[in-house]
Amino acid sequence: MVRLNLLLLALLTACALGLVTSQHKARKLFVELEQEQERARSLEIEYGQLQLEAGTWAMHTRVERIATRALHMHTPEAKRIQVVPRRAQAQGAAQ
Amino acid sequence: MNFATSPVLELTLPVWRSRLLALVIFSGFAVLVGRAVYLQGLHNDFLRAKGESRYGRVIEISANRGRITDRHGEMLAVSTPVKSIWAIPDEVKLEPPQLARLAALLEMPPQEIRTRIEETGRDFVFIKRQIPPEVADRVAELRIPGLFQNREYRRYYPGGEVMAHVLGFTGAEDVGQEGVELAFQDHLKGKPGSRRVIRDRLGQIVEDVESIRAAQEGKDLSLALDARIQSLAFSQLKAAVDQHRAKAGGIVVLDINTGEVLALANLPTYNPNNRARLSGAQLRNRAVTDTFEPGSTLKPFTIATALESGRVTPQTLIQTAPGSLTIGSATIRDAHAEGMLTVEQIIQKSSNVGAAKIALSLPAESMWNMFQSVGFGAVPRLGFPGEANGRVRPYKSWRPIEQATMAYGHGISVSLLQLAHAYSVFARDGEMVPLSLTRVDAPRTPQAVISAETARRVRHMLELAVQSGGTAPRAQIMGYRVAGKTGTAHKQENGTYATHKYVSSFVGFAPVSSPRLVIAVMLDEPTNGQYYGGAVAAPVFARVMEGALRLTGVPPDAPMKPIELPAEGQEVKESI
Repeated sequence: MVRLNLLLLALLTACALGLVTSQHKARKLFVELEQEQERARSLEIEYGQLQLEAGTWAMHTRVERIATRALHMHTPEAKRIQVVPRRAQAQGAAQ
Repeated sequence: MNFATSPVLELTLPVWRSRLLALVIFSGFAVLVGRAVYLQGLHNDFLRAKGESRYGRVIEISANRGRITDRHGEMLAVSTPVKSIWAIPDEVKLEPPQLARLAALLEMPPQEIRTRIEETGRDFVFIKRQIPPEVADRVAELRIPGLFQNREYRRYYPGGEVMAHVLGFTGAEDVGQEGVELAFQDHLKGKPGSRRVIRDRLGQIVEDVESIRAAQEGKDLSLALDARIQSLAFSQLKAAVDQHRAKAGGIVVLDINTGEVLALANLPTYNPNNRARLSGAQLRNRAVTDTFEPGSTLKPFTIATALESGRVTPQTLIQTAPGSLTIGSATIRDAHAEGMLTVEQIIQKSSNVGAAKIALSLPAESMWNMFQSVGFGAVPRLGFPGEANGRVRPYKSWRPIEQATMAYGHGISVSLLQLAHAYSVFARDGEMVPLSLTRVDAPRTPQAVISAETARRVRHMLELAVQSGGTAPRAQIMGYRVAGKTGTAHKQENGTYATHKYVSSFVGFAPVSSPRLVIAVMLDEPTNGQYYGGAVAAPVFARVMEGALRLTGVPPDAPMKPIELPAEGQEVKESI
């Protein structure tokens, strides 16, 4: 009887310790998860800021300024515009 | 020795003493048990809450405000986190060198920081709001006691002044205050949530207890606006306002088929990213909230009413000689006395007398009905704050002179947006679709206003008006057929018309063979000599229309040959 009790006590202690360690592990993993989520959030924020930056660089007024001033581009004169009728395109697609 | 008979034991104690002791001890136990029951059973909730507050925390989950993009997905407004620096004045200990460094970081005069902290007498004071996170981190490194930070959102507008009036802006709390930001506040706003967690000694979150409120991210909004057309429209309008030294200007570009607002710009404008020192004039979204007397741009509606009634055909002759018409005490004048004109020519040459004579032959009610059905006098219901409805007085109170002046756009006021929308009637074979600020993907049901026949006839007249015999040859575009009408009106000041203050406008659409876009341009008080709509507003229309047609990929419907402009001094002058 005493032996059985001792055995059960040992079993109980082992279970209790197991619970403590698994709880601890779960918390550690949860901390990790939290950190990753935080990182995801900050990356999301950074993405927004980069989009903003891209938008600012790609502003049409800026693109146009660079095209005309730095690259000396301009819209072609009327004489130099040739309009290709849509028919040719349709035939090309059919072939 | 017989202990049993020890005299010490002879001492008999009274029974009540042992009983009293037992009672005291047991009552002591009873108190303990009672306390235990009280704590475990009755007072449990309070204690549990207290215990939880030692390790449990409720943390906020922030939610972003939705982004605004143009029709092609280009970013127009994005929220990004920033920091605000605040202080509890009683706890602040600020040494002079620290103050100097703080002032340098925040780009504020040291004296201002000092007054904010010391002289407000409040428990909580903002030092500076909405500063970049990098600067906030450096402020935190100063470790000034009593100085705290919290996270806020700030809205950035890459388009700056170009889109300012359409987009509007948000206030410090990320709540829309103007434009689309206000109109679509409910759609854009995010709902911050919160959750209860358990934190350990190091401040790390170790367990999620419950979610109190789920955070809801703001929804993104895709506008009808085309950023390329918008910046083209803005830059051309700006060039014209500068060239003609106008007080203000506005331009609206609409897609006829969907009713989408592709571009809407006003001048003067402002930079929504830096709103220090804003004036009311800069903030006004003129094209939507301000009304003006449109002048001759209203004549096509008079003519359309007459054509609908069957009283005239485009070839009916009207006597406009001697170039003036007296009704009661008022006289209507034309810039040139023209003699006999067909109805077509009245639009082409923009004759006031002709339009007035036609109007006087019509019942007032039919004109009023026409104005109402094209949207004058009614709020456009685009969703913008402060949309103007314009002023069209009830026809029962019209006097003949008023009916005559209304025929050429005086005594009636409209907004530029209304005018552009109304012209879609002629562009769309007599139908109109409701306007939309957001992208329209499904086709919308049009509403018939006038007959297709009348619309086509007026369209032809409007095409004549931009050709070399008309008032706006400068509205022509190479490769496309264009139709439109100029307007030049005296401005009203204190109830009378100012002699040298004009509003110049042009409304038109293209390509005529299958119209796609309507553009309305308005310049307020051009003061550089020229003030006719054909000279001031029409060139803006032409340049914007040309670019916009190219950008939307509309095939040309006219031969690519140079535009014919009348010789200097030969231009047809519009009647004002």
